[in-house]
Amino acid sequence: MKKFVNEPSAVVKEALAGIAAAHPELRVDLENQIIVRSDAPRRGKVGLVSGGGSGHEPLHGGFVGLGMLDAACPGEIFTSPVPDQILAATQAVDGGAGVVHVVKNYTGDVMNFQMAAELAGDEGVEVHTVLVDDDVAVEDSTWTAGRRGTGATLIVEKVAGALAETGASAAAVAAAGTRVNEASASFAVALTACTTPASGRPGFDLPDDEMEVGVGIHGEPGRRREKLRPAREIAALAVEAVLGAKPLSAGSETIVLLNGLGGTPLIELYLLYGEVAALLDKAGVRIARNLVGNYVTSLDMAGASLTVCTVDAEVLRLWDAPVRTPALRWGA
Amino acid sequence: MDAALARAWVSAVAASVAAQTELLTQLDAAIGDSDHGVNLNRGFTAVLAVLDGPETPGEVFAVTGRTLVSKVGGASGPLYGSLFRALGKALGTASTVDAPEVAAGLRAGLDAVRKLGGAAPGDKTMVDAYEPAVVAFEKAAADGLAAAARAAADAAAAGMRATVDLRARKGRASYLGERSIGHQDPGATSTWLVFEALASVTA
Repeated sequence: MKKFVNEPSAVVKEALAGIAAAHPELRVDLENQIIVRSDAPRRGKVGLVSGGGSGHEPLHGGFVGLGMLDAACPGEIFTSPVPDQILAATQAVDGGAGVVHVVKNYTGDVMNFQMAAELAGDEGVEVHTVLVDDDVAVEDSTWTAGRRGTGATLIVEKVAGALAETGASAAAVAAAGTRVNEASASFAVALTACTTPASGRPGFDLPDDEMEVGVGIHGEPGRRREKLRPAREIAALAVEAVLGAKPLSAGSETIVLLNGLGGTPLIELYLLYGEVAALLDKAGVRIARNLVGNYVTSLDMAGASLTVCTVDAEVLRLWDAPVRTPALRWGA
Repeated sequence: MDAALARAWVSAVAASVAAQTELLTQLDAAIGDSDHGVNLNRGFTAVLAVLDGPETPGEVFAVTGRTLVSKVGGASGPLYGSLFRALGKALGTASTVDAPEVAAGLRAGLDAVRKLGGAAPGDKTMVDAYEPAVVAFEKAAADGLAAAARAAADAAAAGMRATVDLRARKGRASYLGERSIGHQDPGATSTWLVFEALASVTA
């Protein structure tokens, strides 16, 4: 393993110190391991909190700031944050109008956020939860822990954050987030495993001529293994999976996220995006907005995910609203 | 079981988890995300630092559970944390507890784990080791703590080995579907460590 680390067990804390150094406009609480907007809590504004395991950067800490999250609580690598941490973030952003938690659908995340929401409730903070489960590679919730939260999390956080900025109620912010999640579908393919600093070696062995199809964002193997194919065919596979799970009527307007899993260069992501855009165009799907880059990652995994979110004018307006965070900024 | 024995058990679990971190990591890498060993080790290391205060077995387990919830994260933090909290609550404030009382506490722990995680036996989770262990402990409780703990550890081991052939229906391994078959469940493995530690300190 070759990584820029000092001590594997200190990676999360030391990276937080780096975020604090790079972004003096944010408040980084190293004790509680949370990242908070410097103007939080704002009286009367709904607080938006997200978090999850580390290793998905810039998710979630990179999305703290104007127009998006008020706070993020990063857990250890691929491990959900603990209730105390989530509670601290919730209290730090509570301006009296309630707090919305954006939670990716993983067993541990759901349990820890649930415990934190109960603790916050005991202290008089009204907490609403948006559960993100957009990964269509997981087909059957009777036989699994349910679909995973992946790329759509970014769109949920952007849209809910923009709405919170307007002074909307916690219930309305949560409902908007839930609508975005329901309108989204994602699918990912990996070309390599990733290596956690603690284990020091790739999570699985993948021969040079094979790929993992239907992976999540925690370095786990996917639904199946296939021979590597040209990018055009991989793009078609992802588009089919996404449209197959959430059929779109011709003329639908969408936001498309072509996301890198951390170890794939941007040139390949753009190549893939070109293929995806052509395929969606052929299917009569209109791409109103797009985002190409490494946003919801899985450490150093080479691979990409496609997220398609159907939007209406209102969601599009919220997507376009000003945002100023370390990883996403426009119009502000 | 008095507070000293309760502390000895929890300390033995901590030592065992520390020694087996690599094994748990390997098992988790195959069907999960490679963090089970490291997370449990971090949690039980933190538990070791707070074991000196409590004066009853119930309090030892309650403090253990609270610490695991606040230090581990993931699913194993809330699950093992709830297990020990429920055990501690069931044992109340008695300064010593007998085998049938421990059996009732372990049963309360099982109920807490199943309520929180929603897993049933056969889902390829810690429940597959924990449930048979509790049943075996209850059956042997009349023979005393040592006999009950030995029976529970053996049943946990059998349950753990049986997870190899199961298809995961809960937790991160469930995303793999059929591909989860053929691998031993890391959570069932750490649960076996917990019961093996109990057998070793009561022997």
